[in-house]
Amino acid sequence: MAESRNIAVTVNGKRHEQRVEVRLTLADFLRQQLGLTGTHLGCEHGVCGACTVLLDGQSARSCLMLAVQANEHEIATVEGLAPSPDTLHPLQEAFRDNHGLQCGFCTPGILMTLVEFLRDHPDPTEDEVRVAISGNLCRCTGYQGIVAAALDAAKRMRKGG
Amino acid sequence: MGVIGARVQRLEDPSLLRGNARFVDDIVLPNMLHAAFVRSPHGHAAIRAIEKKAALALSGVHAVLVRDDLVPYMRNERLVVGLPSSSYKQDLNRPALAIGEVVYVGEPVAIVVAEDRYIAEDAAALVEVDYDPLPAVCDCRAALAPGAPVVHRGAPHNLLAEFRMGYGDADAAFAKAAHVFRESLWQHRGGSHSIECRGAVASYDAIEDRLTLWSSTQMPHQAMRQLCDMLGRDENQVRVVTPDVGGGFGPKLVFYPEDVVTALAAMILKRPVKWIEDRREHFVASTQERDQYWECEIAVDRDARILGIRGSIIHDHGAYTARGVNLPHNSAETVPLQYEVPAYSMNVKVALTNKVPVTPVRGAGHPQGTFAMERLLDRVARELELDRAEVRRRNLIPASKMPYTTQLKARGGMPVVLDSGDYPRCQQDALARAGWADFPARRDAARKAGRYLGIGVANFCKGTGRGPFESATVRIGPSGKVHVYSGAAAMGQSTKTMLAQIVAEQLGSDMENVTVTTGDTAAIPLGLGGSNSRQTVTAGSSAHLAALKVREKALKIAGHVLEASERDLEIDGDQIHVKGVPGMKVSLAKIARTVAGTAGYALPGGVAPGLEATECAVIDDMAHANGTAVVEVEVDVETGAVELRKFVVVHDCGRIVHPTIVDGQIIGGTAHGIGNALFEWMGFDENAQPVTTTFADYLLVTATEMPHIEVAHHESPSPLNPLGVKGVGECGVIPVAAAIVSAVEDALSPFGVHIAQAPIFPAQIVAMIEQAHR
Repeated sequence: MAESRNIAVTVNGKRHEQRVEVRLTLADFLRQQLGLTGTHLGCEHGVCGACTVLLDGQSARSCLMLAVQANEHEIATVEGLAPSPDTLHPLQEAFRDNHGLQCGFCTPGILMTLVEFLRDHPDPTEDEVRVAISGNLCRCTGYQGIVAAALDAAKRMRKGG
Repeated sequence: MGVIGARVQRLEDPSLLRGNARFVDDIVLPNMLHAAFVRSPHGHAAIRAIEKKAALALSGVHAVLVRDDLVPYMRNERLVVGLPSSSYKQDLNRPALAIGEVVYVGEPVAIVVAEDRYIAEDAAALVEVDYDPLPAVCDCRAALAPGAPVVHRGAPHNLLAEFRMGYGDADAAFAKAAHVFRESLWQHRGGSHSIECRGAVASYDAIEDRLTLWSSTQMPHQAMRQLCDMLGRDENQVRVVTPDVGGGFGPKLVFYPEDVVTALAAMILKRPVKWIEDRREHFVASTQERDQYWECEIAVDRDARILGIRGSIIHDHGAYTARGVNLPHNSAETVPLQYEVPAYSMNVKVALTNKVPVTPVRGAGHPQGTFAMERLLDRVARELELDRAEVRRRNLIPASKMPYTTQLKARGGMPVVLDSGDYPRCQQDALARAGWADFPARRDAARKAGRYLGIGVANFCKGTGRGPFESATVRIGPSGKVHVYSGAAAMGQSTKTMLAQIVAEQLGSDMENVTVTTGDTAAIPLGLGGSNSRQTVTAGSSAHLAALKVREKALKIAGHVLEASERDLEIDGDQIHVKGVPGMKVSLAKIARTVAGTAGYALPGGVAPGLEATECAVIDDMAHANGTAVVEVEVDVETGAVELRKFVVVHDCGRIVHPTIVDGQIIGGTAHGIGNALFEWMGFDENAQPVTTTFADYLLVTATEMPHIEVAHHESPSPLNPLGVKGVGECGVIPVAAAIVSAVEDALSPFGVHIAQAPIFPAQIVAMIEQAHR
C-alpha cells in the first residue's frame, strides 16, 4: 500500500486537513479528494496549462506537483474566482463577452494564469498578453478571443470593476 | 424577435467559467472503480500468451480482463462501424480487445480495473503479454508495393479499397491541352488534440437491467446502437449520455473499443467503471488524419482555363476501418468543387498501415483536396506567368451559374449541387482586404532590406450539413419554460446556444426561458450527432420547424383563451398578449397547463393534448459554404522561420445565426490549419512506432505564433433549408495549408523553391533553399 501523510491546505480561503497518498498529484487531490473539478487535466506533463492553479498567489501546474508539496500553502482555483453565485469576476465577464472560450476545457487554467498576470501587469499590451498565455494550449479559439478578453478584463479591473 | 443573427450571450458560458461544468472526468458515482488499458507496444505482433497473475496480486486490483473474458458477454466482438461503400476489398473491423494479434501501437489488449487510476496503471504495467513481433508497415505507398509485409496476418494484401471518381473524358482533354503540368504532393497527418482527451464512465443498474454510458462522444446515438449490437441488448437497456465535451474535432465521433470494454467491465464487475484517456494514450489510440500522397496533373488552354484534371491518390487508412472511405472520397470530391473543370478523373487507393485508424479530423479530407487543387493552380500561374488570383478568377464558377449542378456524386450517390454563393466576389474581397494589389511594393521594399515577403491565396468550398436529418423536439412545459431536445451533440461549438436562438426566435425571444438538452439518447430516440459541420443546418432546421408548430398551437389556444384572433397575438417572453394591448395576455405556462389536460374535462377548441412538436427535417443535399484565405508571410531565409504577417479569411456560410460564434469557428479552424501547415508532425519510425507522443514533441500553435485573423462574412442564404444556413465548423481549416505554402513559396521565389508538401518546418525550408541553390 502506498505511503500516506496528513496535509493541511487552504483552498479558496477554506482550510482542509486530509490524509493523502504521497504520490497523489495536487490536481488529483483537488479534483478527487476535494471535489473541485473545475481544475482540468489536459496533458499531465506540464505543457497544456489546463491544470494551472495559484499556489500562494503564483501560477503553478497542479499536474506536476504532489499534494504533499502543497502542505501549509494556499491554493486558489477557478471555483473561488467569482465573488458570488450571481456575480462573475471581471475576468470571467470579459471572457463571456469576448467569446474567450468555446468548449471551455482550457479556460480554468487560462483564467488562473491571467489572474496572476493582470495583478502584476494591470495595463498590458497585446503582445504581453500573448506571451503570458503562451504556456496554455487552446484548440478551439485560435486565442484571438482570449487575448481580447484579457485586454478587456484589464480595462475593467483598472476601472475597479 | 431578432434573436437569430444577434450576438446573444452563450448558454454554455456561466458554468464553464465558474468551473462547475460537467465533463466526463467530473462524473463520480458511488462505488466507482477506475480502469487503465494495457496497449500494444508493437506496430505488429502476434500475442502468444497473457499472464495476469502479478497484476491481480496487487492490492486494490479488481479485475484484469482480456478478450477471452469478454467473449461470453458479447453477441458480436467487433465494432462494425464502416460507412457503406462498394469500393471495399476487405472488411477490417476493430475487435473490442485484441484477438491474438496487435496491428498498431496503442491497440487495447486488456483492461485493468482497480480502486483508483494509480493502482490500475501500476497493475497494467504488471500484465505480462508475450508478443512475437511481426514486420510492420508504416508508409502507405510501401504498403501497396508488391511483396510488402501484410498489416494483418490473415489478409491477402494491404489494399483496403479502391475507387475512381470522375466525369467527362479527362484523357481527351489532356490530349488537346495547350499546357499540362504535373505535381507530386504529400500531406501529413495530425491528431485532433482536443484539450480534453476521451473518456467513458459506465454504470450497470441490475434492478432495471440498464446500462448507462457517459462518453465524450460526438455521436451518442451511434454509440448506443453499437453497444446494443455488440452486447445483444435492446434500446431500452442502453442509454448513452454525452456530458460537456472539451473539444471534439472529429476523432470523438468514432465509437472506440474503450467505450464498449469500459461498459463490459461495469457489467461484469457490477460496479461503475471510469476510464479517462491520458494524453499519451490520445497520441497512440485516438484516430488521426491526413496522410495522403498525390500524383496529379492539370490541363489548361492558352488562357489558363482548366480543361481537365486527373491523377491518383494513396490514402493512409491505418490498421482498421473505424469510419470508412469517406476521407479520400471527400478529398477527391473537393478538387474541382468550386472551379469549372470540364473533365476529371481521380483514382483512389486506400492503403492499410500498422498505425492507429484514420478517421476525420476537422476538415475531413477537404484540406488535402484543396491543397492539391490550389497547388496545381499556383503551378499554372507560375508557368504561364500570370497572377495566381487571376488564374483562379478565370476558373471559379461565377455567381450567375448558381445553383450549379456539378457532375460529381456525393458518397450516398446523390449529385453534388452547389446551392448558392459568389465565389469570385469572395476572392476579390479577400484580396482587397489583404492588400494583394499593393503587395509587390511591400515585397520590393522588404527585399531591399534583405527580407523575404510572400503572399498566398487559396479558395475552398465545402459541403456542410450532411443529412439526411437531425432530430429536434420543442416542448413548453407547465412551468412555461421552453425545452429543446436534439440528437445533435455539443462539443464546444455553441450548439445549445444555436438551438436556443432558433427556437427563441419563434417562442418569445427570451433566451433565458429556453433550456436545451443534447447528447442524451434517453431524451430523444433518433439522432446522428456531431460531424461534418452539420448541426446548425440539420438540427437547426428541425428545431425551427418544431418551434413554428409549437408557436402555431400556442397562439391557437391563446386565441381561444383571450377570445382574440391568432393573427392579433404575439409571444413576448413567457407571455402571449394581444398586439398593442399588453394587459390582454396569457402565460405560456397557462397554455401548457391547459393542454396538459384535466381528468374528465374537454380540451379547449378541440386541440390535441400537449404543447410540443418533434421534427426531423430531411435534407439530403448539402449546403456548400465557401471562402478565400489570403496570407502574407515573411520567411527568414537563414533560420527558415515563417512569420504570418497578415491573415484574411472571407467566408460565406449563408445566413449567420450568431456572428461572434461564427468568427470563433473560423478563427479556431484557421489556427488548426496553421498547425497543419507549420507545426504539427505526428512522427512514426520505420516500424510504425510513434515517436512524437508528448506536447513537447508534437507542437500545437500557441498564442505567440497566432497572427490576428481578419474575418469577413458574405451571406448567400442556402435555398436547401428553411433558415438559409450553412455549416462553418470545419471551414476555417480547409484553405490554410494551401495559402501558407503558396505564400512561403512566393517569398522564396528568388531561390526557385518549389513546395509540394504540408507541413513545412524551418529546417526543411532551409534545406529547400540550399537545394535550390545547387
